[in-house]
Amino acid sequence: MEERKITCIGCPIGCLLTVVIEKDEITVTGHTCRIGKEYGVKEVTHPCRIVTSTVKVNQGVEHVVSVKTESDIPKDKIFECIQELKDCVVEAPVSINDIILENVAGTHVNVIATKIIERKEDPHG
Amino acid sequence: MVKELVVIGGGPAGLAAALSARENGIEDILIIERDVQLGGILNQCIHNGFGLHTFKEELTGPEYAQRYIDLIHENNIDYVLNTIVTHISEDKVITLMSAKDGLYHISAKSIILAMGCRERPRGALNIPGKRPAGIYSAGTAQRLVNIEGRMIGKKVVILGSGDIGLIMARRMVLEGADVQLVAEIMPFSGGLTRNIVQCLDDYGIPLKLSHTVVDIQGDKRVESVTIAMVDKSLQPIPGTEKTYECDTLLLSCGLIPENELSHQLGISMNQVTTGAFVNESLETNVEGIFACGNVLHVHDLVDYVSEESKQAGQSASLYLKGLQNKEGKDIRIVTTDGVRYSVPSTLNVSRMQERQIIRFRVGRVYRDAYVSVYVDDTRIKHLRKRILTPGEMEQVLLRSDELHPFENIDQITIKIEEV
Ligand SMILES: Cc1cc2nc3c(=O)[nH]c(=O)nc-3n(C[C@H](O)[C@H](O)[C@H](O)COP(=O)(O)OP(=O)(O)OC[C@H]3O[C@@H](n4cnc5c(N)ncnc54)[C@H](O)[C@@H]3O)c2cc1C
Ligand code: SF4
Repeated sequence: MEERKITCIGCPIGCLLTVVIEKDEITVTGHTCRIGKEYGVKEVTHPCRIVTSTVKVNQGVEHVVSVKTESDIPKDKIFECIQELKDCVVEAPVSINDIILENVAGTHVNVIATKIIERKEDPHG
Repeated sequence: MVKELVVIGGGPAGLAAALSARENGIEDILIIERDVQLGGILNQCIHNGFGLHTFKEELTGPEYAQRYIDLIHENNIDYVLNTIVTHISEDKVITLMSAKDGLYHISAKSIILAMGCRERPRGALNIPGKRPAGIYSAGTAQRLVNIEGRMIGKKVVILGSGDIGLIMARRMVLEGADVQLVAEIMPFSGGLTRNIVQCLDDYGIPLKLSHTVVDIQGDKRVESVTIAMVDKSLQPIPGTEKTYECDTLLLSCGLIPENELSHQLGISMNQVTTGAFVNESLETNVEGIFACGNVLHVHDLVDYVSEESKQAGQSASLYLKGLQNKEGKDIRIVTTDGVRYSVPSTLNVSRMQERQIIRFRVGRVYRDAYVSVYVDDTRIKHLRKRILTPGEMEQVLLRSDELHPFENIDQITIKIEEV
């Protein structure tokens, strides 16, 4: 039997979870809601995180657009994800939820924009 | 120009207040924002974790802001950008300035202050040593990296464990920097536990509590900083110094409400929050002037900012429609035994809504303690809390029917009681 204390990151309340791992059974206590229970199990089996970053924008009113993975991806894929985003450039205008990169780091998760970036007005018309 | 309601600041507080005033029947509203866009500081908070309470989903800062900006557009609420308010007179004449329109005035019947907060200036931190380049406040760094897309350093030390510092620690690591440590002078972290877990623990960044920067080395650019442990009175302990090589030092040493305008107005201010004293309607001592969001007290959760600001919008609409209840008396809310302040600081039972949220912060970490509320000498609430920390805003809910049985209340007290 293994017991682990984990802080739930589901929301800022940060419940202190106790996860007990026994053969095939995992029990979570200390959660206030369903998210915490699921997080506890996931964190000891295959921990995942949502990744946020920025990506370069061409011709935008701002130089970068903020992005996130549409859902959480395995923790050990985070750096690969970030690396792929570094090589990425998008053209303005950008809208929220625009797909910036498909299947990032082979996770089958898309990276989407989280901000509107309008196109810079062309001074030459 | 005359306006019914002017909202100063277009961050989440200002947007939620304006929307709620519109929902409550106020047509003539103007939001004034000095930045190039609405949304306030949320525009640079690109990480997720916003809106779980308000929208039941986890959004990033810009997405959360956009939800409100869309509602502002749908409701045709007027706003001006690139315009700064430089003065407000007691009779509610507002002086504005913009590059496009120069200096002009607007007369308002009611005003909601929603100017947010800014970072404690570095001068106030009293770090000895030289002042080479490479020292940034964490919020400035956040703006440079997240909005301007600049990389600010390769080897980083962070002083202060406020949320912005923690979030920036992770951001810098993901951007390819080596974050050596986060030093915090207090024996507890100023940030949320979830941020310590997912920003520091996830990346193996050490958090050194009771440690501070005692020296900064480097001529043109930071070359290294010296960190030492501090004693109970926060004085560095000789012999504990350790030097860390770095090219960047981020300071995350807290936020202060942006209240220059409130001072000019003669609004009476709370020394603890450095925000205005407000009653249960979030009205300041100047009639018809309300405050909400970070300008009132520093929030760590934008959801609570929106909730609080909604109330300010409601109160302003009642005021404008002449429906504000003038009866009853303002009962003082006294905060002692670990409770540092409360918002509101007074409460009028005949004016309060059915449910009134009292927000507060504690002065140190408590485990398994009770938050108690007394009406004069009678304890009406005794709520067990597994943990209370200064980094997290707490709240208690008072219902009007809990207070109605009492006559002639002199004061309401909120305190922490340990077992
Ligand atoms: C640098 C910084 C970083 C932060 N990062 C995080 C984070 O990562 N996560 C988190 O949960 N919380 C963060 N916060 C807390 C965050 O501020 C609140 O959650 C929330 O944004 C507060 O909303 P607000 O509307 O009260 O203030 P703000 O968002 O600050 O909005 C105030 C607005 O008023 C405008 N304004 C001020 N004075 C004037 C004037 N005289 N005339 C016209 N306009 C004016 C400002 O330009 C601004 O747009 C951060 C705060 C700061 C200061
Ligand atoms: S268990 Fe639920 S309430 Fe507790 S931190 Fe997780 S998400 Fe929040």
